[in-house]
Amino acid sequence: MKIPVTITVNGKKHETEVEPRTLLVHFLRENLAMTGTHVGCDTSSCGACTVLLDGKALKSCTMLAIQADGREVTTIEGMAQDDKLHPIQQGFHEKHGLQCGFCTPGMVMTAADLLANNPKPSETEIRHALEGNFCRCTGYHNIVESIQHAAHAMNG
Amino acid sequence: MTFIGKSVKRVEDKRFLTGKGRYTDDIKLPGMTHAVIIRSPHAHARILNVNTSKAEALPGVVKIFTGKDVAELNGVPCGWQVDFKNGDTMKEPPHKLMVADKTRHVGDAVAMIIAETYAIAKDAADMVVVDYDEMKAAINMREAIKPGAPLVHDDVPNNICFDWELGSDKAEVDAAMAASHHVTTLEFINQRVIPNAIEPRSAIGHYDTANDRYTLYTSSQNPHLIRLLLCAFVLGLPEHRVRVVSPDVGGGFGSKIFHYTEEALVVWASNQIKRPIKWTAERRESFMTDAHGRDHVTKAEMGFDADGKMTALRVKTLANMGAYLSTFAPCVPTWLHGTLLQGLYTTPKVHVDVTAVFTHTTAVDAYRGAGRPEATYLLERLIDTAALEMKMDPAELRYKNFIPAFDGVKQEGYTTQVALQYDSGNYEPVLKRALEMVGYADFRKEQEQARKDGRLLGIGFSTYVEACGIAPSAVVGALGARAGLFESAHVRVQPTGKVSVYTGAHSHGQGHETTFAQIVADKFGIPLEDVILEHGDSDSVAFGMGTYGSRSLAVGGSAIVKSIEKVIEKGTKIAAHLLEAAETDIEFAEGKWTVKGSDKSVGFGDVSLTAYVPHNYPEGLEPGLDFSSFYDPANFTYPFGAHIAVVEIDKETGKVDLKRFVAVDDVGNVINPMIVDGQIHGGVAQGIGQALFEGAIYDEDGQLVNGTYMDYTMPRADDLPMFEVDRTVTPCPHNPLGVKGAGEAGCIGSTPAVANAVMDALSPYGIFDLEMPLTPERVWTAMQNSDAVV
Amino acid sequence: MIPTQVEYHRPKTIAEALELLQKFGEDAKILAGGHSLIPAMKLRLSTPAQLIDIANIPDLTGIDDEGDHIVIWAGAKHGEIASSYTIKEHLNMVAEAAGMIGDVQVRNFGTIGGSLAHADPAADWPAVMIAADATFVIASTSGERKVAAADFFQGLFMTDLNEGEILTQIHIPKPPAGTKSTYEKFVQPASRFAIVGCAAMSDPDCNVRVAFAGVSSKPFRDTGIEEALAGDMTASSIEAAANKAAEGVSVMSDHFASEKYRRHIAKVYAKRALMKLV
Repeated sequence: MKIPVTITVNGKKHETEVEPRTLLVHFLRENLAMTGTHVGCDTSSCGACTVLLDGKALKSCTMLAIQADGREVTTIEGMAQDDKLHPIQQGFHEKHGLQCGFCTPGMVMTAADLLANNPKPSETEIRHALEGNFCRCTGYHNIVESIQHAAHAMNG
Repeated sequence: MTFIGKSVKRVEDKRFLTGKGRYTDDIKLPGMTHAVIIRSPHAHARILNVNTSKAEALPGVVKIFTGKDVAELNGVPCGWQVDFKNGDTMKEPPHKLMVADKTRHVGDAVAMIIAETYAIAKDAADMVVVDYDEMKAAINMREAIKPGAPLVHDDVPNNICFDWELGSDKAEVDAAMAASHHVTTLEFINQRVIPNAIEPRSAIGHYDTANDRYTLYTSSQNPHLIRLLLCAFVLGLPEHRVRVVSPDVGGGFGSKIFHYTEEALVVWASNQIKRPIKWTAERRESFMTDAHGRDHVTKAEMGFDADGKMTALRVKTLANMGAYLSTFAPCVPTWLHGTLLQGLYTTPKVHVDVTAVFTHTTAVDAYRGAGRPEATYLLERLIDTAALEMKMDPAELRYKNFIPAFDGVKQEGYTTQVALQYDSGNYEPVLKRALEMVGYADFRKEQEQARKDGRLLGIGFSTYVEACGIAPSAVVGALGARAGLFESAHVRVQPTGKVSVYTGAHSHGQGHETTFAQIVADKFGIPLEDVILEHGDSDSVAFGMGTYGSRSLAVGGSAIVKSIEKVIEKGTKIAAHLLEAAETDIEFAEGKWTVKGSDKSVGFGDVSLTAYVPHNYPEGLEPGLDFSSFYDPANFTYPFGAHIAVVEIDKETGKVDLKRFVAVDDVGNVINPMIVDGQIHGGVAQGIGQALFEGAIYDEDGQLVNGTYMDYTMPRADDLPMFEVDRTVTPCPHNPLGVKGAGEAGCIGSTPAVANAVMDALSPYGIFDLEMPLTPERVWTAMQNSDAVV
Repeated sequence: MIPTQVEYHRPKTIAEALELLQKFGEDAKILAGGHSLIPAMKLRLSTPAQLIDIANIPDLTGIDDEGDHIVIWAGAKHGEIASSYTIKEHLNMVAEAAGMIGDVQVRNFGTIGGSLAHADPAADWPAVMIAADATFVIASTSGERKVAAADFFQGLFMTDLNEGEILTQIHIPKPPAGTKSTYEKFVQPASRFAIVGCAAMSDPDCNVRVAFAGVSSKPFRDTGIEEALAGDMTASSIEAAANKAAEGVSVMSDHFASEKYRRHIAKVYAKRALMKLV
């Protein structure tokens, strides 16, 4: 039943076996015990499970682990380097872009995709980019400011 | 070294930002099994048969329980009692952990599958066959109370849980209303909304056979109360052998206050199978089983004299309880709604009448604001409507009726017609500031021009007062609460002068780990990083009443202050001994005890160490520097504010574009402005959600039509503007911090402001009232049906 | 929220994929980006026994300029199409629509082929393809066939695809230079699918093609509007023609938009789309 896969997560290669039906998010949470990626819905709507796959934002609940075979996944656990927060994480800290923290990993990963493609996004562009990520705590105001802060820190 | 009043960055952020938060579903215990609950697809049906044999045979299935297996167990209790007008006790039908006889809402639990993995449990669930005999359901409240309507509980006639009234003498209110120069009447539905914390509820039950101890991990706002209810009412477990842990919790908004059946089920079942069991809701389960909010059908009338002074308010409301009484459900439409109907106005006569109704729908309970948003919506919609009808300016109409300023110290608190005494209030400045921020005079000119250009601009106001910091115990007890509503705090100064604080409040986004540490660091004059806050674990925190009703800082923070004061008092004794001075000659400031008028002093660390290494120590004084306190406040606290929304409506589609949102709130003293602003933002967004987007839709069979994120509109980033917020400060006179509460304010003020703005924009059409949510179709249809030529 | 047990196959060529599909028949589902299929599998609304993952077939990806027409391979991602220079240059509405599908995450991994084969009545692609007069290339073990977009969509989640067939290419004729096109969408606020999506294209001679998504149980070309315009792209002519939107078409109704309202929005969005082409 199980099929061998090789998935690189945050730079570390994992060679293992999975049931084909295993969702990437379950693979991360259950098989690798990386619980920073969250599940908030059943309909690929909320974005709490967002990770980067080969650098692009992906809802990891909407891909089977086996589809990520041979590819590179970056999760929230891979953002900070040597205990130093990534500028996006730092932006969320500076601008109080998180409250309960549940949507935060997905928000940070989506912001990473945005800023990779659009280093100086406008408020409207940021709000559009966050279309696939729900936050019930912040009203998004401080998330927008957090991403602006990060954009400034990363690109001046 | 001052931290109070500063926007200190949150100390809890790092773990959340690096993916190291620890939510219930992140926890994996050795030998843990996984539960999936089979839920009724019918709102009202007799259960004829539950066939689990095929599922039981599936390899990996550990055990299956059905409603019959828990029939002898108690159900989950209701924590608040409201009596009928005639003195009879409210109807309180049992809410079993799973049902064996009949289902009373879509999502009612019928069976629980426990398996080695979640996937196997899901597969097994598909193999269980339940035969139902579907019956007609009571969904609409107006229909449900009619004779002959289907009954939710056979022994509850007409589905009426209780009726209740409060306020001035009814005959006097009627007379004042009849004598009024103008009466504005609104009949409306304050629609049911679904809380939707982004973390779905989750619970892990673990019975430890070797030590005869139970542990429940649960995504709750309220771990200690859950333990009390679980032990004393549901399972009869010995409380000292039960530990309840609420680790990181991904948002609550009220929905995680209550004791849910799944919590009791996993604890009970884990003793049956002697293994830990995890259950985590799928989002569609959250939609069906998290307690919903609001759901009132209301008729409200407000009388005015010729000058626009309010003369009387009369309110009649049907409040939906859903199929079962959730933990605090009866209190929401009564003591949290009726008591707020004075608003910030001098209305001399107020009467409210509430009938609570059972329906075949998900239970309704407190949702951010709980009762106060419903009261505020009613009042503020009445005022803006009255202003339109009487052709008066809505801001002026409010100024005319505001209660004059009172600080609760020099001037007494304000006693309302509906059982409260407001602690302090100064209402004009918040509205004045909000009008200034929005540029009111200029807006009216812009609006006039826009109308000439065929554009529909609107402005809406809302001024509110709310009651939070829910307590004191004696008062709420008299009103029907079956629990105290104090808070506890334990401050433990370690020998090295580092401080551990244990609070019974629970943080699920509110930033207690920062705000509370700011208070402690400030009062002790020590660095912020020398303070750590623990919460959410009944093994480390002696007792707690949890977080809801914007109470954590006002009640929990005050309890911490009490313990701080005890530490300083004892420290003074130790310092006096060390400094060889009289206690009365010692003062404590900036982290050291000093002999008044001298440079002789001893530091916080030295005193701490001495307390635990008491070689040179005051005679008769106990060692240690470790105090717990319970704080039961003298009154609720009463924040207030003014919110203004500006909208533009697309004439062709009816779509409402929220262009600006201004909020000026007075939440008393502020410990951390950044966190308070964040609370306001979040509350405002949820209130806007109710006004424009959200609302549960049940069909006549009781199916939740919009029970997924593909159908239920959550406000998203591109639906909302940047919020413009400011504050005034009117301290609370009765707690040591002078704080009031900020968690719900945004959600209370914003909904009517947005609705009023839409009505203002539509006023050229003669449209004064529309049901929420104000969806494009609703707005467009109203414009279509108008005879006005615009 | 986990699919039922399934077996997984990863063919390296289209031929291999077709053989697997032939072998497993109706037990099999084609998996491309998975952004329509996996959500359905998670809710167990779709329970295939066999998954044939075509995402790694190099032949199925990319966008090619073939002179008189553009080929979008079925495995092309929405986001890739939205930012394609070739597409933007010749078929603005295709790029616009691609940029409005779902959200960033969906656009990064969802494929045009998957969306078209799924045939959700509220999806954006089908209407755009009809307006663009696209032709779909469908492969099976017995060869290839072509079908016009207008004939491909047959009803609610129903297409012309038969068992054993895979949609491999989308051919879109390059419109004459100076052609303008646009996609205007009235969004269903929860799902972000279309309540009404209007794709419109006008060449320099004012030959106009209009198609709708979301309005009816299948996407359709609105010849009523096209005929009423009769090459007259003035504001008054557009207004009058747009008022004929969805005439004679059965219109869907749900809690976001009743039939009456949806019909009205179709008119408004037809007008807005056409006005952008003036």
